[in-house]
Amino acid sequence: MEIKTTGVAGTLESSDIQIMVSKGNNGIEIDLDSEVKKAYGDEIEKVITDTLTKYGLTDCKVKATDKGALDCVIKARTLAAAQRATETSEKPDLEVL
Amino acid sequence: MENNVKRQLPDDLMNELNLKAYETTDIGHPVEQRVAPKVRVTTGQDKVVDSLEQVIKDNLKDGMTISFHHHFRNGDFAFNKVMDLIIKLGYKDLTLAPSSLTGVMNDKIIEAIKKGVITNITSSGMRGSLGDFVSHGGLKNPVIFRSHGNRARSIEEGEIKIDVAFLGVPISDPAGNANGQEGDAVFGSLGYALMDAQYANKVVLLTDNIVPYPNTPASIKQDQVDYVVKVDKIGDPDKIGSGATRFTKDPKELKIAQMVNQVIVNSPYFKEDFSFQTGSGGAALAVTRYLRQAMIDKGITASFAVGGITKPTTDLLEEGLVRKVMDVQDFDKGAAASMAKNRDQQEIDASWYADPHNKGAVVNNLDVSILSALQIDTDFNVNVMTGSDGVIRGAVGGHQDSAAGAKMTIITAPLVRGRNATVVPSVETVVTPGESIDVLITERGIAINPKRKDLIDALSNVPGLNIVSIEDLQKMAEKQVGKPKKLEYTDRTVALVEYRDGTVIDAIKQVKD
Repeated sequence: MEIKTTGVAGTLESSDIQIMVSKGNNGIEIDLDSEVKKAYGDEIEKVITDTLTKYGLTDCKVKATDKGALDCVIKARTLAAAQRATETSEKPDLEVL
Repeated sequence: MENNVKRQLPDDLMNELNLKAYETTDIGHPVEQRVAPKVRVTTGQDKVVDSLEQVIKDNLKDGMTISFHHHFRNGDFAFNKVMDLIIKLGYKDLTLAPSSLTGVMNDKIIEAIKKGVITNITSSGMRGSLGDFVSHGGLKNPVIFRSHGNRARSIEEGEIKIDVAFLGVPISDPAGNANGQEGDAVFGSLGYALMDAQYANKVVLLTDNIVPYPNTPASIKQDQVDYVVKVDKIGDPDKIGSGATRFTKDPKELKIAQMVNQVIVNSPYFKEDFSFQTGSGGAALAVTRYLRQAMIDKGITASFAVGGITKPTTDLLEEGLVRKVMDVQDFDKGAAASMAKNRDQQEIDASWYADPHNKGAVVNNLDVSILSALQIDTDFNVNVMTGSDGVIRGAVGGHQDSAAGAKMTIITAPLVRGRNATVVPSVETVVTPGESIDVLITERGIAINPKRKDLIDALSNVPGLNIVSIEDLQKMAEKQVGKPKKLEYTDRTVALVEYRDGTVIDAIKQVKD
């Protein structure tokens, strides 16, 4: 899967997470800002990495601004951002969810 | 050493400060010797002074203990005016012993700590930048957190010896007869400051409103006051309390409030002359409104409401549904203004309100208390002091006192807040022991402390009330948010939380970043 542009999904509302996926060439690099980073930072990064890997992305930069989102929200926002970045929103791969 | 709520306490500090570990909520009948302040005798003819600086120079020495009250809340101008001068004059090693600390004071305190002006703090709580600063090891000596009742006890028994109390008031006469009910910056009850006025060696009033002698009603009395300092503006009335109290629209809070109402109405305590305490916050205000309707429907009136008072409570007073309001503090403008016109809204000091070591405090006459929690664990221990990141962001307030006194103590809390579980296996900091908590109400179910079999019997068959175990609630929360990584702390103790009798219930460690 090739990244064509910068894809953003999610808001900065409470219990949401904003994910920005852009080009990278050094694996999946995640820059996470979260209110619950100490307690859930590893888990959040794992969910993002797993979702992107399942979607076929191996090299990209991710900027994640988390406001206490649950895993299901993190997955959905990551997937939407990945689709927008790869310009595949027209044929979403729902199996990844 | 480990105390009776299974918390590890630092032996070296406990020994150094001569503190004992928490054992029980049972106060017993100890005989306590109280202390008395030093009094510099005058006829009181020339108390009014213009220079706060001169008052400080004449009365304050390095190493002394100074105090303030927090009734102005975030509209406080008194604290920063005084601290600015104390910092400027270069004092060292002061102990700060206010009734509590509000956000407007944070920056000044941090500055004072950094300059060595303040080296010890005891308070009900702290929030924001100051809580963060202390949790990251900014203050060398541990902060001692005390409940409002415990502060009163500590002052009476000489554990807190206030050398100079700086007390802002919206009205005073030249002799120092003062109250919180008239003037521009009205806050109502002076409850917490009355301890300082009674026990401090020197009492300095600050006011922007000096009226002809004698000013009544006098909450602080002329025989207690050394100086009356005239200042430009003592507080910002718009920031003292929230204005009109807003009724929550949050469906979760409304559901919890309805459940609280159901629990109270179906408890053995809901009968003529019952009494209650509700805090501020959305759910608590909504409870007051539902309770009002239930009282009208059943033809029941309450003997009194106590605590931090809000307008919905003084409305009940005016409606005749509550006979008396026992008022130690007012949370909003409506409640503050009400004190001046309702003689049944009785101002009470912190000892009368909640002190465990007196001949009976109001909390001991209380039937139902509704309190909140940042976290509650499966032993019903409550944390109202540290966040789920381990950082100080709360206050003991009257939590321990009201929970210990009330016949039925209800904790209301959402099951989770964002991604943080509220019902947890073990709270970060124990503030109020589970022994004094009876019912936990979340939007997903109600847990009753197993030792209260009477309440389990009374509430188990009420239609619509979902009674579950607290372990079930904890699992529900964990299923929703996941299992958090254990927080890491250093070995250094940044604060000790006392129980109301002065024993230590928990230690707060410096967070690791």
